Amino acid sequence: MTDDKTAVAAELVGVTRVYPARAGHAPVHALGPLDLKLHRGEFFSVVGPSGCGKSTLLDVLSGLAPPTEGKAFFEGRPLNDTVPDGIGVVFQEDASFPWLTVFDNVAFGLRRKGMEAGEVRRRVDYAINFMGLKAFATAYPAQLSGGMRQRVCIARTLVMEPRLILLDEPFGALDQQTRLLMGDELLRLWRETGATVMLITHALDEANLLSDRIGVMSARPGIFIDVVETGWSRDRDSTLAADARFGLVSNRLWSMLRSESMRAMGQQTGERAAEAAE
Amino acid sequence: MSTAVASTFATRWRDPLIVLAVILAGWQSLNLWGGDNVMTSPVATVRHAVELFGQSRFLPHLRETLTAYFVALAIAVFGGVSFGVLMGAHKLTGEVAEPIFTALYSIPKVTLYPLILLSFGLGIQAKIAFGALHGIIPIVIFSMNAVRQVNRTYLRTARAMSLTPMQTVRHIIIPATVPEIFSGLRIGVSLTLLGTMLGELFASQRGLGFLLMTAIDIHDVKTIMALALLISIFAVLVNSMMLAVDRKLHARL
Repeated sequence: MTDDKTAVAAELVGVTRVYPARAGHAPVHALGPLDLKLHRGEFFSVVGPSGCGKSTLLDVLSGLAPPTEGKAFFEGRPLNDTVPDGIGVVFQEDASFPWLTVFDNVAFGLRRKGMEAGEVRRRVDYAINFMGLKAFATAYPAQLSGGMRQRVCIARTLVMEPRLILLDEPFGALDQQTRLLMGDELLRLWRETGATVMLITHALDEANLLSDRIGVMSARPGIFIDVVETGWSRDRDSTLAADARFGLVSNRLWSMLRSESMRAMGQQTGERAAEAAE
Repeated sequence: MSTAVASTFATRWRDPLIVLAVILAGWQSLNLWGGDNVMTSPVATVRHAVELFGQSRFLPHLRETLTAYFVALAIAVFGGVSFGVLMGAHKLTGEVAEPIFTALYSIPKVTLYPLILLSFGLGIQAKIAFGALHGIIPIVIFSMNAVRQVNRTYLRTARAMSLTPMQTVRHIIIPATVPEIFSGLRIGVSLTLLGTMLGELFASQRGLGFLLMTAIDIHDVKTIMALALLISIFAVLVNSMMLAVDRKLHARL
């Protein structure tokens, strides 16, 4: 157990990410330099002002994008511009494939790996049941609500049995009640799979409720200005929001983020003015 | 239960049947008003259309038109989809070729027919070329847009699942683009028929268009009407089938 707590699932060392100059635009220094260690089995959230490089951080940690400087590791092995087995990614946008049924969407990754049909069925049935999609297995995404479609995407990732799950604002497009319920489901998934989870979110309460640790990022270029340990028990759920300590953590997060958010707004206003002047 | 089936049947077929009844009533009225020298009646037209199939000289012309149409369609579909996908996937090709195709789309292709006749002669090749020219343009434009508009999140998902480039094309890009490409095919199928028929009408020695022009020359109203009916039925059938598939493909989006 002590080993699990201290073992590192993924690590960033001195990582920066600079987007090269495009026609009419200067290069953008989006991220870092920053270091990060995700402990095996922990729930880590990242909050920060909009445009601070949260999604870039996820791209680098997943292997979707290489760091400009520094190194990214998954289970001790360096990432090299591909997403290795064992990492699952859920995006903010609806990524369910409209031409496939819910079952076929969830089975998609397993089939591409050439898994035997019986095993595919067993794993997909489990994931579909787990995400409450059993009644919709033969439905197409167009017949489902936004929340249900996001469940399909989570099930599609879950079925691959990832050891590290990276979620990029997966509930960003959902209403508040659905977000809370999906948060509970995410906690259940985290507990039952034992996976390490990193969640990118702009919702401070969501980060507070779900996480063991919360990384607070600065305005661009994003670096961690603090990492807050929440100290919540592993079997927490959304009723935690009524706890007095919950408010204290949220206040602490907001007091750090307020000035950074104002800085980020200033950056964006300045960029728009510069674009308008061109 | 039988009432429910009957009511579904009524709802589904009521509107098309009303449209058909109105067309037949209008057609019959024109016949009564102008006489057989202007327009034959629906019954006489159908009867003559059936008789045409019994005439040995009719079938070679029908075969000629169908051959020209399906060869032109094959060229338009294969060429249109291949070139459209290339234009969508390769930015420079798209930027160079798009204005050319958009301009071609808007000009009346009939103005190019003399050039086609000079290039291909009076035989079936000219009709095929003219039909394909009509059909290929919408297919190219729709295919290009289909590829350009593939949802970027699907491509990121493909990378997140470590799909190979071939798997990405086969399992993501093709299914994601099929509905839009099919919309282009639907228009291409209609325009290819238009182009093939126009080719036969203007300069040709065989085919339904040639028969139609001959009938016009000798004022054979019965044959004009029967041929127009056969061509219309063919066009409506093909278009309805394409529309049904198109709706099915788009229903899931």
